[in-house]
Amino acid sequence: MSSFRPYIGLLRRDVRLAVRRRADLLMPLAFAVLVVLLFSVALGGSANKLAPVAAPVIWVTVLLSSFLSLEGMFRPDADDGTLDQWLCGSTSMIGLMFAKAAAHWLLYGVGLTLATPLLAMLLKLPADQLPVLLLALAIGTLGATQIGLIAAALTARLRRSGILLAIIVMPLFLPLLIFGSGAVDAVRLGDSPRSALMLLAAQTLMLLTLAPLAAAAGLKIGSDSPP
Amino acid sequence: MNPILRWFHQLGSPPYFYAFATRWMPWTGGIALVLAMIGMYWGLYAAPADYLQGDSFRIIYIHVPSAWMSMLIYVLMAINGAIALIWRIKLSEIVFLSCAPIGAMFTAITLVTGMLWGKPTWGTYWEWDARLTSELALLFLYFGVIGLASAYDDVRQGARAAAVLALVGVVNIPIIHFSVQWWNTLHQGDTVRLIGKSSIHPSMLWPLLIMATAAKLYFLFALLLRARGLLLEHERGKHWVRSQVLGVSD
Repeated sequence: MSSFRPYIGLLRRDVRLAVRRRADLLMPLAFAVLVVLLFSVALGGSANKLAPVAAPVIWVTVLLSSFLSLEGMFRPDADDGTLDQWLCGSTSMIGLMFAKAAAHWLLYGVGLTLATPLLAMLLKLPADQLPVLLLALAIGTLGATQIGLIAAALTARLRRSGILLAIIVMPLFLPLLIFGSGAVDAVRLGDSPRSALMLLAAQTLMLLTLAPLAAAAGLKIGSDSPP
Repeated sequence: MNPILRWFHQLGSPPYFYAFATRWMPWTGGIALVLAMIGMYWGLYAAPADYLQGDSFRIIYIHVPSAWMSMLIYVLMAINGAIALIWRIKLSEIVFLSCAPIGAMFTAITLVTGMLWGKPTWGTYWEWDARLTSELALLFLYFGVIGLASAYDDVRQGARAAAVLALVGVVNIPIIHFSVQWWNTLHQGDTVRLIGKSSIHPSMLWPLLIMATAAKLYFLFALLLRARGLLLEHERGKHWVRSQVLGVSD
């Protein structure tokens, strides 16, 4: 297990840094509540308007909130030279990407999923949909973090990448969203969410294995080292 | 060396490719124009009207070739992107960058002609079914590739970063193709088959194939045009540009 120490070290560093800058950690949550607020006000606030769209709105909110945290994923490392140290060093880039994604998911994916009961209460989500929504979000945010990892790696050395990140990430989020929202919709219809959840989990598994590879390739591009 | 392999390697040389593109542009463009005129006449006028849709089906002769091109170009773009990432061949990067706007244009044409076709026949401009949604996602994948490549100051790094993105997004192509089989869609299922009998009548199929060929030749014309331009822009300091193209002798 000693060979895992660099990656666990990176995971702990990222978590520790994020916890110290508590504002950055809580901003996606604040943003999520704001988006829910906008939707609730726009829809008029009554339960019969909100409840049918509660789960999809929560899904979209979580995915949009994840953008906020993406730009800061590699920017500090690119700025202070840590990225170049990783590229020069002997630790596996893929392993480092995995650690980076794990930290990001623990901080933001799990965080947003834990905040979902609050959002569900605000949007008057029917109670029987909440467990499946939580499960789908837990799996889906894991996949979304991987997609964000690729996009952040590809834009790590660019100066301003905000909207470009969104354009890159959104088409890739679609399959996660289709099945994640579809799982909750199945519960609403009285069907089993199993097939949708399975397909969601399949996507996340595929992303877990392949995304760190793509992200590592993306980070190497900005440097002058051969791939 | 195998002549085909040798030709492929020679095309990797910028001055050779430039001469090749200059030579073939008029031919591809000219034949594309002729085929398009034949196809348009046949499709818009000579082919019989559809028994259900009447004459409004004739937009198929623009919609379907554009749709085929939107997917084909993405795959070609992804292949060139993979070559650019693995072997760092400069010309592959240039072909990759040239493909993206052309593919985006064909995707946009597909979506718009589809909308115009949908209104009289389905009663709606748009539905969020699997085929339409995945084609729209394709448009945004193209935008992402174009945007990412242009965001980098170094064009070679930008092309390689966009190539990673293009390869990640290539999973969308089989989704688009099989969407009408895997989901219950408003968009109709496959009628034209590569192997075996197509369920479309030959009198309607032939103009479609002619327009498809015209679209492919037009794509080659546009690709050679763009690639020539990009090549000149990025190789402008090189000797071959100054002597062969600009005629500056030194």
